[in-house]
Amino acid sequence: MRYAMAIDTRKCVGCSDCVVACQTENNVPVGFCRDWVVEVVDGTYPNVSIELRSERCNHCNNSPCVRCCPTGASHFEDGGIVVVNYNKCIGCGACIESCPYEARYSHPDGYVDKCTFCIHRVRQGLDPACVSVCPTKCMYFGDMDDPNSGIVNVLKNRKFKSLAPEAGTKPQIFYLV
Amino acid sequence: MHTRRNFIKISSLGLGATALTAGIVNWALGTPISKNVSNGSQSSAAGKKVATYCEVCFWKCAGWAYVTPNNEIQKIIGNSDDPQCNGRLCPRGTGGVGMFSDTDRLKTPLIRVTKGGVQSYREATWDEALDFVAAKMKSISEKHGPESMALFNHGSSGKYFTHLLNSFGSNNVAAPSFAQCRGPRDTGFELTFGESVSSPEVTDIRDTRCLVLIGSHIGENMHNGQVQEMSEAIDKGAVIITIDPRLSTAASKSKFWLPIKPSTDLALLLAWIHVLIYDDRYNKAYVEKYAEGFNELKEHVKDYTPEWAYGITTIKPELIRNTAREMANAAPSVIIHPGRHTTWYGDDVQRSRAIAILNGLLGAWGNRGGIYFKEGIKVPEFPHPEYPKPAWSWRDTLNGRYPFAKEAVTNTIIEASIPGEGKTNLIKGWIVSGTNLIVSIPLKEQLMKAMQSLDLLVVVDTMPMEITGYADVVLPECTYLERYDDLRASAHREPTLALRMPAVEPLYETKPAWWISKQIGERLGLSAFYNYKDFKEVLEWQLNKVGSSLAEMERIGLKKIERKTPLYIDPASDFQFKTPTGKIQFNSKELQEAGFDAMPKYTVHPQPEDGFYRLIYGRAPMHTFSRTANNRNLVALMPENSVWVNPQVAELWGIKKDQYVWLKNQDGVVSNFSVKVRITERIRWDSVYIVHGFGHHHKPLTYAFGRGINDTELITSVKIDPIMGGTGMRGNFVTFLKTMPKKEARL
Repeated sequence: MRYAMAIDTRKCVGCSDCVVACQTENNVPVGFCRDWVVEVVDGTYPNVSIELRSERCNHCNNSPCVRCCPTGASHFEDGGIVVVNYNKCIGCGACIESCPYEARYSHPDGYVDKCTFCIHRVRQGLDPACVSVCPTKCMYFGDMDDPNSGIVNVLKNRKFKSLAPEAGTKPQIFYLV
Repeated sequence: MHTRRNFIKISSLGLGATALTAGIVNWALGTPISKNVSNGSQSSAAGKKVATYCEVCFWKCAGWAYVTPNNEIQKIIGNSDDPQCNGRLCPRGTGGVGMFSDTDRLKTPLIRVTKGGVQSYREATWDEALDFVAAKMKSISEKHGPESMALFNHGSSGKYFTHLLNSFGSNNVAAPSFAQCRGPRDTGFELTFGESVSSPEVTDIRDTRCLVLIGSHIGENMHNGQVQEMSEAIDKGAVIITIDPRLSTAASKSKFWLPIKPSTDLALLLAWIHVLIYDDRYNKAYVEKYAEGFNELKEHVKDYTPEWAYGITTIKPELIRNTAREMANAAPSVIIHPGRHTTWYGDDVQRSRAIAILNGLLGAWGNRGGIYFKEGIKVPEFPHPEYPKPAWSWRDTLNGRYPFAKEAVTNTIIEASIPGEGKTNLIKGWIVSGTNLIVSIPLKEQLMKAMQSLDLLVVVDTMPMEITGYADVVLPECTYLERYDDLRASAHREPTLALRMPAVEPLYETKPAWWISKQIGERLGLSAFYNYKDFKEVLEWQLNKVGSSLAEMERIGLKKIERKTPLYIDPASDFQFKTPTGKIQFNSKELQEAGFDAMPKYTVHPQPEDGFYRLIYGRAPMHTFSRTANNRNLVALMPENSVWVNPQVAELWGIKKDQYVWLKNQDGVVSNFSVKVRITERIRWDSVYIVHGFGHHHKPLTYAFGRGINDTELITSVKIDPIMGGTGMRGNFVTFLKTMPKKEARL
C-alpha cells in the first residue's frame, strides 16, 4: 500500500477551499496552514499562462524530515504517510529546515505540524478533507499499489510532474499538466 | 450640510455568550487513531450534524454543520444530495463558521442618542428598540402614508421585512442585486426569450461542448455549481472561449483567450453574429422554427464585419472567425454565458440582448449543453390576510424612466428619499437588511443626502458594516447558523427543498430576522399577518403541504422532487417561448415601441486619458461582496486586495512590486486607503484591476478596517441604462499617487 495524491492543474481554480477545509477539519490555528495554493504566471501579455496548484507535504518515500528527526517523532505510518508524533516532538525544527517543500510549520503549542493526508479519515475509508471538498474535483487520492484506483488510472493517462524532483526525496504528490 | 445623522462608529459593546445545541443527527468525530499521530482536532466523542444552507453568498448551498459535544461548530460540509453543491462547499461556505465566531459581531440593539451635541449609540433592550421602530413607522405612516417606508435587502432575511412592509402597505422593496448587478442580463434575456436565466443560472455547463465567457470569471466568482460544472466540462474536453482584458483564471483554462480592449464587447458580439449569418453557420432549422426577425437582423449586422470589429476591439479578424466557427461546430451544445454582474457601460441590456441573440442563432436555448429549463417546487405561502393595496409603488419613483425595470431600482428609491420642490411620493423611512449600501451602491453623494433626509433608518445585520453607522436603530441579527429560516425552494434541473435550522443557540442578544419582523409587525397592529408563535410552525405547515415534514427535513436536510416537465425542448412538440408572439425576438418590437433600438448597436464609450487606467473590479474565490473581509477563517487567504498593474505601466510610473499607492479617479476622488501593487502580466496596459469588497473604513470591523481599498468609492461616474435603470460602473479611470495625498474635506 502506498498512498499518493494527484492534482490536476488544468482544473484547479486556486480557490483555496482545500486550505479552509484542512483548517476546519484539523483545527489548524488561524494564521497557519498545512496546505496552500501557488500561482505561477509565465509569459508576456497577451501570451500568458498560469499554473495553479494546491501544495502540501509530499509524503516522500525518501523523507529528509524522517531521517533528520532526532527523537523519531517524524515517522512513516502504513501506506507511507509521514506524520509527526507530537508527544515525541521537541520542536527543534530540523525537519522544517530539511524539507525542500516548506511543508512544515511550528505549531504555537510547541510541536511541528504538517499535512497528515487526513490519516484519521483515510483509515475510515474517506478521502482527505481537501480532496473531498474541492469544488473542481481536481484532486485524486488513493493507493498506488492498487491498479484499479482512480489515481493510478489518471496517472496512466495524463502527463504529470512532481515538485523539486532534483532533491531526490521521491515525492508522492503528482501534478497533472 | 445637514448633519442630523452623524456617522457613529459602533464600539464593541456586548454581553457574554451562551451556546446551546439544537439538532438531531449524530455523527462520530472519527475513530480514535493511534496515539503516535499528530492530530490537532479530533476527539472521539459523538457530535451532532445539523441541516443548514449557506448564507455567505446567494448560491445557498445545502450543508451540514458539525457540532461538537461542547456545542462548538467544528466544520460545515456540503450536503451531497444538493445539486447546487454536490457535497462540496466553496471556500467561503467551508469558512462560513467565521461569520458565527466573529467577535466583532453586533451584539445588542443600539439606539442613536444625542448628548451635549454629540451623537452616539446606547445599548437598548429589544423592547425599547422595537417600540422605537414601530412608533417611528406609525408616525411616518400617519404623516406620509405607509408607502413612505422602503426596504433595501439582500439574502434570506429580506423576505421577512418584505412581508412586514407589504402588510404595512408599501411595496417599495429594492435590492442592489437588480440595478447594480444582474438586471441588464435578465432584462435582455426576457426581451429575447421571454424569460431570464434565473439564479442559479440554467446554463447546462456540464454537458456543453463550447462555453463562451464574456467578462464572466467563473472560478474567481465561486458560484459553486457553475465552477463544478466548468471543471467537468474541462474534463470532457469542452472548448472554452474567454473574453476579458485580464487573464482571468477561466481565461487561463481556455482554448481561446480574447484579450479585448475594455468597453468594446458589443462590437465583438455583433461581429460574431455577422460571421454566423454571413458564413452560413447559424442553426437554420432552429432559427426558422423558433425565431422571428432574422431578416432584419441579417440586414442590421451587414457591416459589422470582423475587420470592422478588429479596429475597435483589437481582436484579430481571424480569431473572431475561428471562435465563431468553434461555437457553430458545437451548436446547439454551446453557451454564450449571460454573466451575472452586467452593469458595465450603460448599454448593458443591449449587450445582453446581443448575447441572447447569439444563443438564439446557435439554438442553445432549450438544448442539451446549452440552456435548460428549470423546474421548481411551489411552496404555499403561510396563510395571512390580503396585503393592503399601496396608493403608490416603486414604479412611481421611476417617473416614466426605465420602462423595462421589472424589479425596483435602488437608485430611484434613494432619489425618492431626497425631498425637493413639488416632489410627491417621498420616502421617509428605510429598513436595510443584509446589504451594506455604502459599499454596494455607487453615487455616494446621493446616498448620503438621502440618508440625512430620512425620519427613520433601521439597519438589521450581523456585523457592524459601514451602513450601521448611519442608522437610528441597529438590530443585531443572529447568523444563519443560529436560526430557522424560510425553506430554500430552488428551481434547477430538478426541484429541491432545503432546510436551515439552528446549529447552536444565538450568541449575545441576537435574534432571527423572522422574529424581528414579527415583533415590529405586532407593534404595528399587524398580528393577523403573523399568525404563529414560532417560525417552526410555518415550516411544519409548509412542509406538510408539499408532502414532507420538519422531522423528515431535519434528518435529510435536502429533498429532491421528481421533475415533471422536460429538461429540453421536445423537437416533436409545438414549443412556444414566453414572448408576446411565442418566438425568440431577434428584432424586439417591445424595445422599438418604447423608443429604444430594436437590435443592439455598437456605441463608443469614453476611454482613459493619458496617465489614467480603466478601473476594472471583480471577485476573488475566497471572498464575497464586502461581507467576508472580516471573516477570520478566510482573511488569511487574502487579507487585502491589491491593484493589478501591467509591468510596462509599473515601469513607466517607477512603481515597485508590493509598493502601496493611492488611486485617484477622473473626478479627483482619492481612495480612502492605500493599496498594494501587484505587478502582473495578467492585466492589459490600459486597465487596472482590484477585487471588490475591501477597504472597510469602519473601525469596529477590527480586522478588515483599512485593509485594501473599496472600488465603489472610486466609481463616481455612473452610466445609467435607460432601458431598466442599471448603474453602469466600468467607465471610471484612475491614476496612481505614490505619496499620501492631503486630506480634503470628504462627505
